[in-house]
Amino acid sequence: MNTGKRSKFLFSTICFGMAFLYIPIFLLIVYSFNASKIVPVWGGFSTRWYGVLFESEEIWASVALSLKIASVNACFATLLGTLAGLALVRFGSFKGRTLFSGMISAPLVMPEVITGLSLLLLFITLKEFIGWPDSRGFNTITIAHITFSMAYVAVIIQSRLAGMAQDLEEAAEDLGARPFRILTDITLPLLAPGMVAGWLLAFTLSLDDLIIASFVSGPGAVTLPMLIYSRVKLGLRPDINALATIIILAVAIGVLLAAWIMFRQQKQRELELKMSEES
Amino acid sequence: MSAIQNYEDRPWMDPEAEPFIKIQSVSKLFGDFVAVDSVDLEIYKGELFCLLGGSGCGKSTLLRMLAGFEMPSSGSIMIDGANMTDVPPYERPVNMMFQSYALFPHMTVEKNVAYGLKRDGIAADEIGKRVEEMLSMVELTQFRKRKPHQLSGGQQQRVALARSLIKQPKVLLLDEPLGALDKRLREQTQYELMALQDQLGITFVVVTHDQEEAMTLSTRIAVMDLGRFQQIGTPTEIYEFPNSRLVAKFIGNANMFEGRVTENSPDHVTVESHDPECQFYIDHGMSIQKGSKVWIALRPEKINISKEPPANGNANVIKGMVHDIGYLGGTSTYRVQIGDGRIVEITSPNQVRPKDGTPPIDWDQEVYLSWHASSSVVLNK
Ligand SMILES: Nc1ncnc2c1ncn2[C@@H]1O[C@H](COP(=O)(O)OP(=O)(O)O)[C@@H](O)[C@H]1O
Ligand SMILES: [Mg+2]
Repeated sequence: MNTGKRSKFLFSTICFGMAFLYIPIFLLIVYSFNASKIVPVWGGFSTRWYGVLFESEEIWASVALSLKIASVNACFATLLGTLAGLALVRFGSFKGRTLFSGMISAPLVMPEVITGLSLLLLFITLKEFIGWPDSRGFNTITIAHITFSMAYVAVIIQSRLAGMAQDLEEAAEDLGARPFRILTDITLPLLAPGMVAGWLLAFTLSLDDLIIASFVSGPGAVTLPMLIYSRVKLGLRPDINALATIIILAVAIGVLLAAWIMFRQQKQRELELKMSEES
Repeated sequence: MSAIQNYEDRPWMDPEAEPFIKIQSVSKLFGDFVAVDSVDLEIYKGELFCLLGGSGCGKSTLLRMLAGFEMPSSGSIMIDGANMTDVPPYERPVNMMFQSYALFPHMTVEKNVAYGLKRDGIAADEIGKRVEEMLSMVELTQFRKRKPHQLSGGQQQRVALARSLIKQPKVLLLDEPLGALDKRLREQTQYELMALQDQLGITFVVVTHDQEEAMTLSTRIAVMDLGRFQQIGTPTEIYEFPNSRLVAKFIGNANMFEGRVTENSPDHVTVESHDPECQFYIDHGMSIQKGSKVWIALRPEKINISKEPPANGNANVIKGMVHDIGYLGGTSTYRVQIGDGRIVEITSPNQVRPKDGTPPIDWDQEVYLSWHASSSVVLNK
């Protein structure tokens, strides 16, 4: 039958796609439990590389640095990106709006090497003239990350604001709310999901970034991607496989947690609806 | 008119009455585009005033200027004796019900309704009491804990109404208040709205594009087109005495004939039209030039249809052929083809029950259309 053929075709497509996506990850996980020191040679099951990993202070330091940069970056990027989005959508057509709007999305399309290089130049010039930053590391990487991730946040906020009917704000104003009240009572609460999404995106972008961080980092400041890259450059290593497996696990837990929270919220909403119908 | 007048229901006729809202030569430009073109309007306390017009005629813009969301490009707006032209929305004694309702999606019904009072810094227990009263008035008490998205369209409309009434504004502005409801609910809500307005005595200014809605609701109507008022008057005035072809066609149906004034005396006017060949005799005088070009508007329900020619003379009568009949039960709509092929529409009540089911007037029958000498309206624009 036609439908039978089609479903077979669909099925094999899905299998192929899934295999393409997940076989490499699967291999990585398998090899992280390889007792042998030489990655592609199977030497029996072992968890010794996890032990090695946990004893490595270098790795812990880079994880801590990456997380610290990512969270500080996410907070500032959300703040600045939200302000930029608000200015672009809600303050009408001020002078230079088109220019501002184009400029804010430039980091989205700029090659990362160029962003990295130009920021490095900026930091060097600054040091020349005002003596700051005296050394590159946490500060410079964070600032660099904020400059590009706030552009992403601004885009998210812009699209959410554009979808949010302006008459809600007008209704609040009509009922006696002054501009600041409108912001705190109406605009920000309705923007909150967008801001959370923006924060998470900025956080991930920062955790992910290798190129820009490599440009603006200095001696002693090594983020997790930089560490992984520098080690693997010298050949595949089983302890890095273990580290990658842990990261995959963390991501998987994060995704499951998010799905569970969403499911619970849905249930809660249904319950509320039922209760209000009964009362 | 008698010497003793009761102006209570018609404050606009009272020469002593002071208008509650006074709009003086207000214009609004968006760039080069003139959305509202130098309008003057006086609305009296307790009126239910309708701004009626097609889409894009500027009625919402005028309403938004009353609310303070748009600043007039020129002119002034006074409400209850105070100049409101430059007062921001949050300080005006008016509230608005939005076309989209604009309910705060993250607040419950109760919080939505309470919002205006909270902004005024009223004590919590006082707010609770007034919200309670308001919710019971619009019959939403059992929905107080719901979010707007958990309500039907009609319920949302009532929340929006309650929220805009809770501050007891001097004027309530309503932008297409019934536009989003289905037909049956709309008719029912019309009467509820009128009852509410009567009970609260608040001045309502309603924007609508629905002429039936405007006719049912309002004390007076302003018909708008291209940012200007075409006519301001009571529903009866606007329907029976339209001042232009535009108004006559916009409010209800009208058959329009073009002709020239052939006679103009103090007690009657005659107009002759050539296609169709017809004499119009109007039984009152008017200030109009003999020989000038005019249009005659005839409402479908003011035309008689009969098989025999009417007895009195040959003015106010046209011969035609029945082209189409729409039987609506209580009334029938006849579409009659006259002289040059034009169609005239007539509605006539079905007062007599046809004996054997065949209607008295049938398709392709020759008929005479006639009307009373006071029924035709002479228009010169
Ligand atoms: N903020 C605005 N900027 C530019 N043009 C506008 C704006 N608001 C309304 N207009 C224009 O003014 C005209 C009247 O609009 P509006 O008052 O909303 O019409 P309506 O009678 O349908 O309510 C329309 O042509 C509309 O496009
Ligand atoms: Mg409108």
